[in-house]
Amino acid sequence: MRNRTVLLDHVSIRFGDFTAVDNANLKIDSGEFFSFLGPSGCGKTTLLRCISGFSDPTEGKVLIGGKDMKGVGPNKRPTALIFQHLALFPLMSVAENIAFPLEVRGASKKDRRKRADELLDMIALPGIGDKKVSELSGGQKQRVAIARALAVEPDILLLDEPLSALDLKLRQHMRAELRAIQQRVGVTFIYITHDQGEALTMSDRVAVMNSGVIEQVGAPNVIYNAPRTAFVASFVGENNAISGKVAGQTEGMVTLNTPVGPVSGRAAGGRKYKPGEQCSLFIRPEQLTLTGEAGPNTISATLRSQAFEGASTHLLADCAGTRLRLSQINTGAAAAPLAPGAALTLAFAPEHATVLPAGPMASE
Amino acid sequence: MNPRGSVFSAAYALAFFTFLFGPLIIMVITAFNSSRFPRVTPWECFTTGWFNVLITNDRLMSGLLSSLFIGIGVIVVAVPVGLAGALALSELSARLRATLYTVLIVPILIPGVVLGISTIVFWGQIGRTLGGPAQAFFYNGYFLTIAGQVTFISAYAMLVFIARLQRFDATQTEAALDLGASPGQAFRKILLPFLAPAIGSAAFITLLASFENYNTTVFTILSGNTFTTALASKVRHGTDPSLSALAVIIISITLIGALTHEAYIRRKTLLDSGKAEQSAIFGNPVLRLLTHPGAVLALLLCIAGGLVWLGSKHDSSVCEAGILEEKRAIQRQLQEEQRSRIDAQKKAGGQTQTPAEGGAGNPSPFGGAFTGGLAPESAAPEPAAPSNPSPFGGAFNPGTLAPAPE
Repeated sequence: MRNRTVLLDHVSIRFGDFTAVDNANLKIDSGEFFSFLGPSGCGKTTLLRCISGFSDPTEGKVLIGGKDMKGVGPNKRPTALIFQHLALFPLMSVAENIAFPLEVRGASKKDRRKRADELLDMIALPGIGDKKVSELSGGQKQRVAIARALAVEPDILLLDEPLSALDLKLRQHMRAELRAIQQRVGVTFIYITHDQGEALTMSDRVAVMNSGVIEQVGAPNVIYNAPRTAFVASFVGENNAISGKVAGQTEGMVTLNTPVGPVSGRAAGGRKYKPGEQCSLFIRPEQLTLTGEAGPNTISATLRSQAFEGASTHLLADCAGTRLRLSQINTGAAAAPLAPGAALTLAFAPEHATVLPAGPMASE
Repeated sequence: MNPRGSVFSAAYALAFFTFLFGPLIIMVITAFNSSRFPRVTPWECFTTGWFNVLITNDRLMSGLLSSLFIGIGVIVVAVPVGLAGALALSELSARLRATLYTVLIVPILIPGVVLGISTIVFWGQIGRTLGGPAQAFFYNGYFLTIAGQVTFISAYAMLVFIARLQRFDATQTEAALDLGASPGQAFRKILLPFLAPAIGSAAFITLLASFENYNTTVFTILSGNTFTTALASKVRHGTDPSLSALAVIIISITLIGALTHEAYIRRKTLLDSGKAEQSAIFGNPVLRLLTHPGAVLALLLCIAGGLVWLGSKHDSSVCEAGILEEKRAIQRQLQEEQRSRIDAQKKAGGQTQTPAEGGAGNPSPFGGAFTGGLAPESAAPEPAAPSNPSPFGGAFNPGTLAPAPE
C-alpha cells in the first residue's frame, strides 16, 4: 500500500509580521478523512496551500509520503486540490476537464476519453462528458471537480470548503457522497471547513484551529464531548459558558464561584487547578434541565424567550447577566408554554459540564 | 408621451443621423457621378469609371501593399509585446504596477510627429554606429515605420489584454498547476484560450491603427509611401471622385464584416440560451442554414461580387461623350457670342472712345477685372475662363471636363 501520510513538522507560515500558521505539528494517516475546522481567517487555507505546494512554510517541514516537499512545486506533488469555487475550466467540456491531468501528462486522446468515462461512472454521472461546464448544476460541478482531481490517482486530496457554495439540501447530500467516494478510492482526504456540521459528520479526525494555532486534534466525538480549550468548547456545537474563579478541586471535579452561584464540573483532561484561577464552566443546552427544587448545581434564572422547533424547544434564560440556552426534547404532551419573565430553576449533572481555563472564545 | 417632445426627439435624431451619415451618403453618390470633381449636382452621368481610376493608380496601389505589409509586421510585434506588458502588469505589486502602467501608456500621449522623428533619429544613429548591412536594414522605410508604430500601438494592444485579464480567475492557473501542468502548459492550455478573443481584437485594432496612421508614418516611411500617406498627398494635389470610390469599397467591406459578425453573435446567443430548438428561425432547417454566419457572408459576397461584375460591364462613354459634346457646344456658343461682341466693339471703337477701352488702358492692379470683364455682355478684352489660372487645377473649367484618367 502506498504511503499516503502527511506530516507537518513544526510548520510556521508568516507574512511579514503576521503569523498565519504558528508551529503546527500533525500527522495525518494514510486513507484518513481529516478536517481542519476553524473560523475564517484562522490560517486553515494557508496551511492547505502550503501542503499543496503553492507556498512554502517559513519554518518547519512538510512531508508527504515520508518525503520532504521543500522546493517541490504543486504540479510535482502527489496532491490534488479542490478549490472553493472549484476552478473548472469553462472553455473545456466536462470530459476534457476531467482528463486535463492526463492531457498534460501526454496521454492519448483515446485513453483520456476512456478514463474520463470511467470517472464519470464513478461519480454517478455517466454520459455528461460532452456537456459544457456551464450546463451543469452545482452538485454536478462539485462531483466533476472531484473526478478531475482523482483522474491521476493522487495520494492526498485537499478540499478547500468545496460545499460552501451549495444550498443546504445539496450540501447534506454531498457530505454523504464525499464520504462514500473517499471510502471507495482510499485516498487521504484533507478537508477545510468552517462548518462544524461538515467536519463532525464526515471526518475520522478533526483539527480545530484558531488564530493560526491548532487548538485540538481528535475524533469528532472527543472534540465535542471533551474540548480541551475554551475556544474549542465554544466553537464546536452550542455551549453555555459560565465564568468564575476556582473554589476547590476534589479528584476530577472542580467547583467554581460564579455570578450564578457555586457550580461544579469535570476538570478537562484531569488538569489540576489552583484556587482562585479564572476559569469557565461549559454546559451544553441539551444537558440543562428544568427542575422544581433548588439544590447543588442549580441555577435560578429568568426566562427571556422560547422557540418551539418541532422535536425540541429552545429556551433562552438569564441569570445575573449570564445568558443560558436550554434545549428541551418535546415529549408530545402539549405542555403549556411558559411566559417570558417566568422564574426557572435549571440543573445539570457535574459530569456533563467541563471546566476549562479562561481563554479566547468563538464569537457568536 | 408629450407630442411636442416626441417631434423634437425625432427631429433631433434625424439631425444627429444626418450629421453622422450625411457625409458618407454624399461621398457614395459622388463616386458614381462622372463629374471630374466629386459632387452630386449637377449630375452628369452614372459611371463606374472612378473605380477604374482608383485601381489603376500605381501610387495608391503600391501604398496599399506597403500598408498591408507594415500592418502585418506591426501585428506580429505589437500583439506579443502588448500581451507581455499586460501579463507583467497583472503579476506586479500595486505600486510597481502603477509606475509601469504609466511608462507603457506614455507613447499614446506623445504626439505622433515626435515619435516619427525620434524613431528616425534613434535607428539612424544605431544604423550609422553599426554600419554596413545593419545600416541599410535599420534605415529602411518599412523597418522604421514598423518600429515607430509599434512604440504606441503595442500600448493599445496592452489595454485590450488588461481588460480581458481583469476577468481572468487566477485560480484557473493554480488548478492547472495543481493537476500536474507545467507553467508553460498552464499558459498554453488555460490562459491563452481564455485570451483568444482578446488576441483577435488586439490584432484587429493594431491593424487598423497601423493602417490609418499618418503622423508618425509620414516621417518614418522616408521616401516611400503607405496607403494613407499616398492618399494624403493625392488630396493635396487636388481630389477627384476616385477617393469616393475608395470610400465606397471601405464602407462595403465594413458593412459585410459587421453584418456577418452580427449574424455570428445572434446565433451564438441563441445557442447559448439553450432555447435554440424552440426558435422559429432555428427550428426551420432552411432558415437555420441561411442565418449561419458563413451563409450570410457568402450571400453578401455574392451580392457585392455581382454588383462589381455589373459595374464593370457598365459603359458610360456614350453618355459622357454626349455631355462633353453638350459642353463643347455651350463653349462654342460662348466663344461665338464673344467674338461677335468683340467685332461689334471694334466697329463701335472706330467711331467713338468707349469707357470700357479707357478702363482697359487704366493700369489697375486687378488687371481690369472689375471693369466689367466678368459680365458676359461687356466687352472685356480677355477671353474669359479657359486661360484663368484656377486654384482648382481647372477642375471647374467646363472646357476640361473630359474624364481623363491620371
